[in-house]
Amino acid sequence: MSYSEIERQWTTRLRRRFVRLLPPEKLLPDNQPTYVSSWIYVFGVTTLSALMVVIASGCVLAIRGPQWWHTSSVGHFVNSLHLWSVEIFFFAMVVHLWGKYFMAAWRGGRSITWMTGVVTFLVSIATAFTGYVSQSNFDSQWIATQAKDGINATGAGAYFNVLNMGQMLMWHIVLLPLVAVLLTALHVLLVRVKGVVPPFEEQAKVSA
Amino acid sequence: MSSFINFAAIFPLTTLGHYIHWHFIQISVANLSVIVLMVITFITALVAPFPGRRRRRENR
Repeated sequence: MSYSEIERQWTTRLRRRFVRLLPPEKLLPDNQPTYVSSWIYVFGVTTLSALMVVIASGCVLAIRGPQWWHTSSVGHFVNSLHLWSVEIFFFAMVVHLWGKYFMAAWRGGRSITWMTGVVTFLVSIATAFTGYVSQSNFDSQWIATQAKDGINATGAGAYFNVLNMGQMLMWHIVLLPLVAVLLTALHVLLVRVKGVVPPFEEQAKVSA
Repeated sequence: MSSFINFAAIFPLTTLGHYIHWHFIQISVANLSVIVLMVITFITALVAPFPGRRRRRENR
């Protein structure tokens, strides 16, 4: 194969484009600007860490099944770990959202980063909701029967039936986590491409 | 095990929850507590000194 043929290959062009967009030192940086040394910047990575525990504990629950998480003490522990990591996930994500909102984190060409964060938040709510109706207990039955009229009123009930336990479980353990994890990965990559948003006074110094 | 059961009894989970009702707003005390805790965490994150921040500024 000649040199010009290699140059024309889509794999070559895609690799070069990706490396140009996100060189290794930007993908895995060893330092950050001084303004990042504030507690308000730690909630993004707290959310990410909680998500890892959510996924790991969810995988254990999927392997062992409802009989295990309802009856054994270890099952109760992992079930609680899954619930409380979700609580921390949402807690940290909301504080992260407030912080980024008041920083106007969409500045400097970061609108897509902001939007992927917003959509991830909405997908996470749907994932948590399908989790609550998949517990296979009286609580999940109560939540499903309370939610069905609201969901049906939107017209989505034909495709998203909260009383269908099997369907809700599939949404919860396959479709929605897949979307949430892919969006989170995209969000983190976009943060790496554009960098962490600077405070207003730092941007003013750069602009001056 | 018995101490664990005693600890769990501090937060009774089998009784009805407490709710705050003000005009059209109705929220459980549990949910309101989480929101208040998030606001406190947010404000603390803005004002609390971050370890090593002064040293980094001096090095700059």
